[in-house]
Amino acid sequence: MFAYYLDLALRSLKRNKALTALMVLAIALGIGASMTTLTVLHVLSGDPLPDKSGQLYYPQIDPQDIKGMMPSKEPPDQVTLIDGLNLLRAGRADHQALMTGGSVPVQPEQSSLDPFYVEARYTTADFFAMFEAPFLYGHGWTAADGEAKAREVVIARSLNDKLFAGADSVGRTLRMAGTSFRIVGVLDGWQPNPHFYDLNTGSYAYGEQVFLPLQTMLELRLDRNGSSDCWGNGGGGVGNILPSDTCVWLQFWVQLDNPAKAAAYREFLIHYSQDQQALGRFQRAPNVRLRNVMQWLDHQMVVPNDVRLQTGLAFGFLLVCLVNTVGLMLAKFMRRAAELGVRRALGASRRALFAQLLIESGVVGLVGGCGGLLLALCGLWLVRQRPSDYAALAHLDPSMLFTTFVLAVCATLLAGLLPAWRACQIAPALQLKSN
Amino acid sequence: MDILPILSTLRRHKLTSWLLILEIALTCAIVCNAVFLIGQRLQRMDMPSGVAEHELLQIQVADVTAPSNPYARLAEDLAVLRQVPGVISVASSNQVPFGTSSSNGNLRLDPAQPERTLNAGTYFGENLAHTLGTRLVSGRDLQSDDFIDADTAMKALGTGDSKNLPHVTLITQTLAERLWPGQNPLGRTIYLTPVVGLRVVGVLDSLARANAYDTAKAQYTMVVPLRMGANKDQNYLIRTRPEDRASVMVAALAALKKADPQRVVTTRRSFDEVRRKFFQDDRAMAGMLVGVIAALLIVTALGIVGLASFWVAQRRRTIGVRRALGATRRNILNYFQTENFLLATIGIVLGMALAYGINLFLMLHYELPRLPAVYFPVGAIVLWLVGQAAVLGPALRAAAVPPVVATRSV
Repeated sequence: MFAYYLDLALRSLKRNKALTALMVLAIALGIGASMTTLTVLHVLSGDPLPDKSGQLYYPQIDPQDIKGMMPSKEPPDQVTLIDGLNLLRAGRADHQALMTGGSVPVQPEQSSLDPFYVEARYTTADFFAMFEAPFLYGHGWTAADGEAKAREVVIARSLNDKLFAGADSVGRTLRMAGTSFRIVGVLDGWQPNPHFYDLNTGSYAYGEQVFLPLQTMLELRLDRNGSSDCWGNGGGGVGNILPSDTCVWLQFWVQLDNPAKAAAYREFLIHYSQDQQALGRFQRAPNVRLRNVMQWLDHQMVVPNDVRLQTGLAFGFLLVCLVNTVGLMLAKFMRRAAELGVRRALGASRRALFAQLLIESGVVGLVGGCGGLLLALCGLWLVRQRPSDYAALAHLDPSMLFTTFVLAVCATLLAGLLPAWRACQIAPALQLKSN
Repeated sequence: MDILPILSTLRRHKLTSWLLILEIALTCAIVCNAVFLIGQRLQRMDMPSGVAEHELLQIQVADVTAPSNPYARLAEDLAVLRQVPGVISVASSNQVPFGTSSSNGNLRLDPAQPERTLNAGTYFGENLAHTLGTRLVSGRDLQSDDFIDADTAMKALGTGDSKNLPHVTLITQTLAERLWPGQNPLGRTIYLTPVVGLRVVGVLDSLARANAYDTAKAQYTMVVPLRMGANKDQNYLIRTRPEDRASVMVAALAALKKADPQRVVTTRRSFDEVRRKFFQDDRAMAGMLVGVIAALLIVTALGIVGLASFWVAQRRRTIGVRRALGATRRNILNYFQTENFLLATIGIVLGMALAYGINLFLMLHYELPRLPAVYFPVGAIVLWLVGQAAVLGPALRAAAVPPVVATRSV
């Protein structure tokens, strides 16, 4: 039966080629536009560490002065150096790392290469294990080496390719900012998107090339990038001057393996705030937050507003295309009232007619979906040509590919429902008579 | 033209008519809002910077090892750049308008006030107003004895020693008007921290901030007499004649490289490029909106063509009868045109209400202003025109139906 209906549908579609093309085009355009924007939205709001993001938390405490305090106001987005080091050394979490971003000049040994700047992350030993950064060669530095301000560095695979032609460079020397560092590890192409652990340096398609111990950076006064927020007579972060004690400028991340530990850590943050208040360092009542990765990204509204707006716009467009298709299909089915009347008179049930007409709209949906997929690929290519930082990430993945087809077929079947139902209401006798 | 027969015909095609009306309404609502969004973006891209945009070059250089005296290094670099043929003026600055990388301060009118009055962009650098080409409206420019070295100032900030902190500032007209509406700002004091009180000595015509994302606050800027040393984030700004920009850039880079071959040039661009980069997302968004409007209108137009063709084919016999009874070709043409006009009008009225609703939603979620009333007639006229253009083909085909059709049985 299905094959027969399919044959009927194809015949009917062939009979009116221009109209069929119009319906397919409308569906394809609508699907293409909405899939393009939906894919961008999907990529940008993705989970940077799907296996682990639920266990990684970003503690926030409030060390600001009493000025401008309001209940329920958010604590600062970063921590001061003193609090960061205190929390790090307290070691209450399964893993913890304190960090900030910067850039350092690399001086290659080869005379053929000029010195160049690379993005750097200054952090502490747990960073690699906590964020599951994969090593191609070697490993990270130890906590003891970090505290001892070791001149050690972990480099990204791309830098290793550039300087050492991809060879195992562990143990070799890398000269940066006039200082010699020993390479202890090479990361294997690691670039989480969004760049969740520090959104100040760029949210997407941002990756550091070198990772250095934070204490080493503090001693060498290496260049720092990112945001610093000061209060009172705080200042700094200008040129090579470090931000002062009343500035927040570092990110502190912890790993807490289960909810009980997270609850305990929140208590610890409150106790810490109370202790600091007793010492006279903090002036405000404890004001803490402990968000996991996805909650933090959501809170920071990391997905650009323009992308949301474009997605809404594309679905509006898809709606217009569908209404258009419903109208055209209705007109088409109604025009075949005579044919349908004959089939009814010859004994076809309403159900059978309905199934036949739905198959016809399903075929339009399927072809439209294929067209939409091609258009979405073109659309994503166009997005990649755009200058935005996230542009390079716009690629179709298997799950979105599947969604495209489901969306296209469901949308057209839905669009076919009303016309098919309406056409089935035709009284056979009336149609036969008028002919 | 008699409307009643048209209405009675449409009543027999209720569902199809309503679908067409719905399509026109949706298109109208989206087009109104999209045109409005484009207007917003274009207006934003037109934001004044307050500087001589076609005459400025921006260079950032970084030393591989920090110089022993960054202040002397900066002075040497500026002296080297001043010698380059074609250079009119040079300055160093911690930021440039629309440069994204920004330095900002919280301003208070009273050091004891709990909440800041506002947040403003803080420019540091000598000879800045002159090189940027922003006009001094009143008061005086900063003088070299106003300037304090950044290291000295940072130390003084920590100890609360107000003698070694900057004491004066230049502010923009917009900032002055916001802080002291209708009053003379000269001689008044702004506090950046409880100990940094800056007396306003001059008012600048206009100077945009580096992070001018909010149009209303884009001109909240001030120039503070803080002398910065040479470092990676410092900008060298060169003013030259528009036609000399390319050659001056090449010569300036060569001169800086000659002074120290070990340094790395991290930024080299004209101010035109600074503006283009800052507004690139707005341009892309406006382009996309134009594309969506075009696609929507095409789809809607094709939909109208499709439905009208159907109706014409379906009513071939009726048309023939009308023609046989004396209706002219023009009558038939007008019939279909009026029918489309009626449907479009109902769609447009619904579309206006929908457009208003969408705008309310956008205002709530995307901090957009209210849709000005002028956009409503624009949407209406566009859709009427599209509707009439789309229906013309099928209507002409209807008008071409010969009266003899009436005599034939199907």
